[in-house]
Amino acid sequence: MSHNKSLRASATFSQQVLDEIHRAADQGIYEIRGFGAKRSLPTFDDLVFLGASMSRYPLEGYREKCATDVVLGTRYARRPIKLKIPITIAGMSFGALGANAKEALGRAATAMGTSTTTGDGGMTEEERQSSKILVYQVLPSRYGLNPDDVRRADALEVVVGQGAKPGGGGMLLGHKITERVAEMRDLPQDIDQRSACRHPDWTGPDDLAIKIQELREITDWAIPIYIKIGATRVSYDVALAVKSGADVIVVDGMQGGTAATQDVFIEHVGIPTLPAVRMAVEALQELGMHRKVQLIVSGGIRSGADVAKALALGADAVSIGSAAMVAMGCNRNIFVEDYEALGTAPGYCHHCHTGRCPVGITTQDAELEERLQPEQGARWLKNYLTTMVLELQTLARACGKTHVLNLEPEDLTALTIEAAAMAKVPLAGTNWIPGNNK
Amino acid sequence: MAAFDLNTDSVRVLNQHLHDSPSGTLSVTNPGGRHCIACGIDAPVEVSIDGHVGYYCAGMNKQAKITIAGNAGPGVAENIMSGSVRVKGNASQYAGASGRGGALIIEGDASTRCGISMKGVDIVVAGSVGHMSAFLAQKGRLVICGDAGDFLGDSIYEATIYVRGNVGELGADCIEKEMTADHVQGLKQLLAATGVAANVNDFRRYGSARKLYNFNIDHADDY
Ligand SMILES: Cc1cc2nc3c(=O)[nH]c(=O)nc-3n(C[C@H](O)[C@H](O)[C@H](O)COP(=O)(O)O)c2cc1C
Ligand code: SF4
Repeated sequence: MSHNKSLRASATFSQQVLDEIHRAADQGIYEIRGFGAKRSLPTFDDLVFLGASMSRYPLEGYREKCATDVVLGTRYARRPIKLKIPITIAGMSFGALGANAKEALGRAATAMGTSTTTGDGGMTEEERQSSKILVYQVLPSRYGLNPDDVRRADALEVVVGQGAKPGGGGMLLGHKITERVAEMRDLPQDIDQRSACRHPDWTGPDDLAIKIQELREITDWAIPIYIKIGATRVSYDVALAVKSGADVIVVDGMQGGTAATQDVFIEHVGIPTLPAVRMAVEALQELGMHRKVQLIVSGGIRSGADVAKALALGADAVSIGSAAMVAMGCNRNIFVEDYEALGTAPGYCHHCHTGRCPVGITTQDAELEERLQPEQGARWLKNYLTTMVLELQTLARACGKTHVLNLEPEDLTALTIEAAAMAKVPLAGTNWIPGNNK
Repeated sequence: MAAFDLNTDSVRVLNQHLHDSPSGTLSVTNPGGRHCIACGIDAPVEVSIDGHVGYYCAGMNKQAKITIAGNAGPGVAENIMSGSVRVKGNASQYAGASGRGGALIIEGDASTRCGISMKGVDIVVAGSVGHMSAFLAQKGRLVICGDAGDFLGDSIYEATIYVRGNVGELGADCIEKEMTADHVQGLKQLLAATGVAANVNDFRRYGSARKLYNFNIDHADDY
């Protein structure tokens, strides 16, 4: 179209808003989609490291050791989780993901000495076999939950909430339910499977403490028990999780990915990962439990820089979901016609809910699943994780740290006032932390 | 017969024994409302508990036959896989929650959310149940010889509910269904197997209308 001066777009009713109202008018139902929040949010990109200089001493890149190992679950468990790298694979349900994708995640995690996590829908044989360290989720739906898998898990994760949808349950649309998925969940095929948003047998933190006691009794106090929360009232939730007896707390920020959730939920509920980390660390410090109850942070972690910043703010490890899928080919510029058939294109896809994943990750369709071979997926993810670790070590060495967990808030400065206020690190070039009355 | 007195032995010691060397019959005295008694058993043992138990007694049970001569706190026999759990008194909330197999028999009444998210267990309550029972019930049978509170079977999937007494307001998508000869026969066998005396002809059957199985804008008010 040639330039027409009389055309004036509305900021309030942007083209995207207009399209969404038209879609709602046509369909009469909210949009359900996969992936995480797409809106722009304050992130770790708004922080930078203050590398060593005159007053601090950097480490030599290739000669001096910069360790990356972490131990999770030291509070009560007889067998804490020992990871070689502080990056874990987040819980993604079998049903949302195909069996090949689950196997690839397990293989890569095992090769890197880290853990992977089950998801809504239970534990598959493929993922148990391929994962040396497997965290088994106890979710409100309890789909597939059974004591045999509880006993062969390396840790349990009680899922209270997810960053993409704090306060919401799960959703797996009927067309993704194959016979195997339906059987694992004890439900008929072809129906929309809504996972509950509340646990069936406990309501508040006092109940949860007893629920955790039960899980410990069943596992003879051997394995760590995590509590996963979606980031909202993080200070209170972390304190209550500590009180409930968690060994490890997982805080998932609003950028966190999902396989199928209402768009309105993804974009409008929860707080970003950046303030969530800081709030969680403060809550732990206030209780004298920082580093005693370990903190895993997730939601929008994409690079070694993101990992380094999360650790510097006080996390013990991070967890990745979306980035792991991207490493395995999500949104890669291949099979373009299949993206088009979904009404999207490489780079824009959030269509995990359809079950027609063009690259074979979030699908149960045998033909599409063939496109992701476990060995290939694992190789990509292993390369990506290796890169992240090298980046993380590069930044830690530049700050003079012999262990990545020695990174600290003092190594950071903020580029925006928002990030300075949220992370409570000074705005670059000042000693000003908005909200701190110093 | 092995005997544990929970005034002197801890629940931990009892459960470890039940996990490590379960055999024959075992008696537990002075449970004193303690939590997590006899959970996570995977063996054909018989455990009799003399008194009241707290939360999650017999949780995730496999194979064992557990009798509680008293009342049970919340979540008795939660996620039971097989075997049987009998409560001679009343049971608190979430009895048999997400149970996947085996049987839970409650000789008294059960509180709210009995059989919530059940996935294959058979639950027989000789008395009445509280509101929201069989919420999201997926599979298995809930038999209520007394009355059922409001919102029975809300958002029910393929589980079957039998009620002898009065039923309050039914939950979303739960409807009364015909008692076929097969249902009468199955219920008769279940009552006989669980030793609960009731005339099978007095029961009505409830199940899913299956209207909420796939989202339909015309049913939006029911969600
Ligand atoms: C495809 C997919 C499926 C998921 N399934 C689950 C699940 O079953 N249980 C759960 O707790 N979280 C689930 N999540 C959320 C992840 O565990 C994790 O919180 C999130 O992916 C972290 O954010 P990130 O995607 O930005 O890395 C899922 C995420 C994705 C992308
Ligand atoms: S490419 Fe596959 S995994 Fe990635 S957003 Fe699209 S459907 Fe989901």
